[in-house]
Amino acid sequence: MKQGIGVEAIRAKGWLAAHQWLLARRATQLGVLALFLAGPWLGYWIVKGNLNYSLTLGVLPLADPYVLLQSLIAGHRPERNALIGVAIVLAVYFLVGGRAYCAWVCPVNIATDAAYRVRARLGVRGSARLVRASRYWILAMTLVLAWITGTIAWELVNPVSMLHRGIIFGMGAGWLVIVTVFLLDLFVAERAWCGHLCPVGAFYSVIGKFSPLRVSAVRRAQCNDCADCYAVCPEPLVIKPALKGAEEGIGPVILSPHCTNCGRCIDVCSKDVFAFGTRFNNRIELRGNNEGPAMRATAKPV
Amino acid sequence: MQDEVKIKAAARRQFLFDSAKIACGAGMLGLGVGLYAKQARALPPTAIRPPGAGAEPAFLGACIRCGMCVRDCPYKILDLAKLEQDIATGTPYFTARSGPCEMCDDIPCVKACPTGALDPQLKNVDKARMGLAVLVDHESCLNYLGLRCDVCYRVCPLIDKAITLEPQHNARTGKHTLFIPAVHSDRCTGCGKCEQACVLEAAAIRVFPRHLAKGQIGGHYRLGWEEQKKAGKPLIEGIIDLPDRMPETAK
Repeated sequence: MKQGIGVEAIRAKGWLAAHQWLLARRATQLGVLALFLAGPWLGYWIVKGNLNYSLTLGVLPLADPYVLLQSLIAGHRPERNALIGVAIVLAVYFLVGGRAYCAWVCPVNIATDAAYRVRARLGVRGSARLVRASRYWILAMTLVLAWITGTIAWELVNPVSMLHRGIIFGMGAGWLVIVTVFLLDLFVAERAWCGHLCPVGAFYSVIGKFSPLRVSAVRRAQCNDCADCYAVCPEPLVIKPALKGAEEGIGPVILSPHCTNCGRCIDVCSKDVFAFGTRFNNRIELRGNNEGPAMRATAKPV
Repeated sequence: MQDEVKIKAAARRQFLFDSAKIACGAGMLGLGVGLYAKQARALPPTAIRPPGAGAEPAFLGACIRCGMCVRDCPYKILDLAKLEQDIATGTPYFTARSGPCEMCDDIPCVKACPTGALDPQLKNVDKARMGLAVLVDHESCLNYLGLRCDVCYRVCPLIDKAITLEPQHNARTGKHTLFIPAVHSDRCTGCGKCEQACVLEAAAIRVFPRHLAKGQIGGHYRLGWEEQKKAGKPLIEGIIDLPDRMPETAK
């Protein structure tokens, strides 16, 4: 009855346009890795360190606020460079959406996206019922653990930093953890790690709670209910209010902090319903006035 | 109305069950990681932290595993621990026997540390306390056997301060001197040069974490000869100096 996900969009817009954000995202993820690897592999030291802390061109410090928070709770007061790095990272992810980290930078995302594709290809059915709020409990647990042990305990097993550090400094048996996450996503539950369990993503969602950069269902009146956006979205629950909320008086902007700003919904929509915008352009369009151009007009800042 | 109440009650029950489920799961995960973290604090004695690292639990709360110290070490002796090692995952260490600390004057690893896990107050590398060298095996140490190996003493960056050679009578030959390498804990930085240089198949002198290497005298002990030196006079006033009486035959 229904053709494959995104096929309609490819037919309507062409393959490239129907994959532009995915390609941009992969390019960014690999580009970030390449910057980190240029030093150890080729001897061009553009970026030193890893995602927990890095120094770019010897001047720009970037630090992961989550790991620094754990360190703080464990009882250590960090030095200036780490604090500057945290401030910059907090500011950037506040602007571009906290979980943009997950979609655009985190190396585990490549693995879990692959698991998702293989899952679809193999036709794996059935998914353990994980609660999406689990990640906040795990986040809280990691912070409590830092307090009880007085150490950054989660960093001993954190797959996110383990993979990034491993690629740059040597993986050792860390592959096992990444394979475990991959298999978890493949066989146990759909989007299990990034969508339900990962405390790093949970932390970044808190940073991005009020982020201005958001995906918006600006032309939602044109939606033909193909449901491709739900199918590709790593956090499908975030779409519905924005896409279908016109009747209830909900604006078209996806406001959920769980949205990773991956832009895949923009790619797969043959009707160009979605676009990147700001959370402020959230005016509800008037009924009967929802043709494309008119819509765009109402979506501009008031 | 009644139905609505029922639906609400069911939803509430579901929410509580879900929460209990997640809490159990997160708790179990936390227990596992917590116990693992406890184990990870037991740093194996062969793994030595870079200069400026504090005691192990404090270090594990301060080090964010970024590897900046590893990158800025000019001698590339540092490594980040991997998952399968006994050392806390991702933390920097070196192994004295294969690559000791070269004690750079400007201590680049400490400068590179963004969090202060390697203490930025450490400006003089001679004040670093990475561990403590201990001559663990008196049976195989060549100097103990009466030879003049002296290699640990010669390579020590703080020669004649951190390691000295203490002459002792050689009871085996009855006429020679043993030159016993003695480590002085108030000067030894734990750099590991001596352990690396030890000519034996397995080193007789090794660097250990200070808490393993060092004994501690009871707080109530007073060393009479030092107290006397401090006081500048005998500690007990009016000791009667009895006349020396020699045996009759000695006269």
